[in-house]
Amino acid sequence: MRFSGWRVLREGLTGNKGWKPHWRDPEPKSEYDVVIIGGGGHGLATAYYLAQEHGITNVAVLEKGYLGGGNVGRNTTIVRANYYLPGNSEFYSHSLKLWETMEQDLNYNAMMSQRGIINLFHNDGQRDAAVRRGNSIVNQGDDAEILSRERVRELAPFLNFENNRFPIMGGLMQRRAGTARHDAVAWGYARGADMRGVDLIQNCEVTGIDVENGKVVGVQTARGPIRAKKVALAAAGRSGQVAAMAGLTLPIESHVLQAFVSEGLKPIVDHVITFAEGHLYISQSDKGGMVFGSYLDFYSSYAARGNLPMVEHTMESFVAMVPALSKARLLRSWGGIMDMTPDGSPIIDRSPIDGLYLNCGWCYGGFKATPGSGSVYAHLIATDRPHGAATKLKLDRFRSGVGLMDEEGTGAQHNLH
Amino acid sequence: MRITCPLCGERDRREFYYKGAALVRPAEGADLDAWHEYVNLRENPAGPLDELWYHEMGCNAWLKVTRNTATHEILDVQLASEAGLGGEK
Repeated sequence: MRFSGWRVLREGLTGNKGWKPHWRDPEPKSEYDVVIIGGGGHGLATAYYLAQEHGITNVAVLEKGYLGGGNVGRNTTIVRANYYLPGNSEFYSHSLKLWETMEQDLNYNAMMSQRGIINLFHNDGQRDAAVRRGNSIVNQGDDAEILSRERVRELAPFLNFENNRFPIMGGLMQRRAGTARHDAVAWGYARGADMRGVDLIQNCEVTGIDVENGKVVGVQTARGPIRAKKVALAAAGRSGQVAAMAGLTLPIESHVLQAFVSEGLKPIVDHVITFAEGHLYISQSDKGGMVFGSYLDFYSSYAARGNLPMVEHTMESFVAMVPALSKARLLRSWGGIMDMTPDGSPIIDRSPIDGLYLNCGWCYGGFKATPGSGSVYAHLIATDRPHGAATKLKLDRFRSGVGLMDEEGTGAQHNLH
Repeated sequence: MRITCPLCGERDRREFYYKGAALVRPAEGADLDAWHEYVNLRENPAGPLDELWYHEMGCNAWLKVTRNTATHEILDVQLASEAGLGGEK
């Protein structure tokens, strides 16, 4: 079933009776070439690229709940490639390029909106860092420009330009950044993978990983054992628990990150805007809600809900920067489980167990990484060699201390990111 | 989330700084694997976890807090110095 404007028109005129489910609901087979644990954005994208780029279609994606029910369905939908350090820089650059062609590749409307991101700076030090980061982004082949205070005022006149403590001195803008409809990204990759023969198996929690003589041979699941030549983890905040089934301990702490949506308002915020004060980020959804968030709660958590101090901090930052919206009512808030590494950067690598692959440590960067992660992870699984855009996302950098990617410069330590 | 400090009583979460899992620090000169385990690797359980919290805005004591990471329930609080976390392995 292909989607097109013509198809929408025809279905509209014939009572919308021709739409079919976007993917099958197959029973698990007893054996696959590759089993992917986790039916979120990264797992589904990986399955899609395994089939599309590498011709590996005897693949199952095992999801304990429903497809796209984890972090891909509970983030702030921001897409960007404005990273500074080698490793992250080329990886997110690769990912943004895939975002730009994803909808055509998948024949699926992911509502990709390259509305641009503006990272505001409030003092000389932040401005220097923004200029330096902008140069690094240009060198990696992506776009970045420094906006003056007056240019920021033209683009976002509703911001508080009278704040004496955190004056807006300008911003670093990346025009190709933006937002995408997060659920549609998961659904698009699910449909693309399913069309190419991948089995998407929901309500199928993995309860064990079978390892024999240092080599993975399959998994135990709620729906029976499944043999597999290769097993690939894509379990986001639950990565540590899934890896533990294979006897591995990861350099990961799971933390809670909260996000917020206001009631629907008329269009006012045209871009994604981040404030260096309090690390606030906001965008406006197509339904009109302000979508925003700030820091982690900063303690280990699997609760998928946070505490009030960070709610208060986020609201204070929001009102300080956008006083025009201080009367907006908050519609809802929620928390997601983030797999935090010591340096705040991800891991896509082989594990010490033959045939077991790791894709974890996404911290709060998982959504924008979705297509890139699927692409490079599929390459690693298919060829046993890292993709050119992911040679530095290695597991052993923590043990050796070589090649750590600490973007914030706060130190590669668990409680600092 | 409120934590009952053994010295100050029940206090707001904002008075405390979070360090992470309460691990015993390896001895000076311990091998790379011991330090890797201490600095980087985490059991990361979804359930009760022993953690180090610092009562930064109160009595400045380091606390060993046992907390359920799945529910945020505080199960036990002790002074770290009395919980055997002050010295080398």
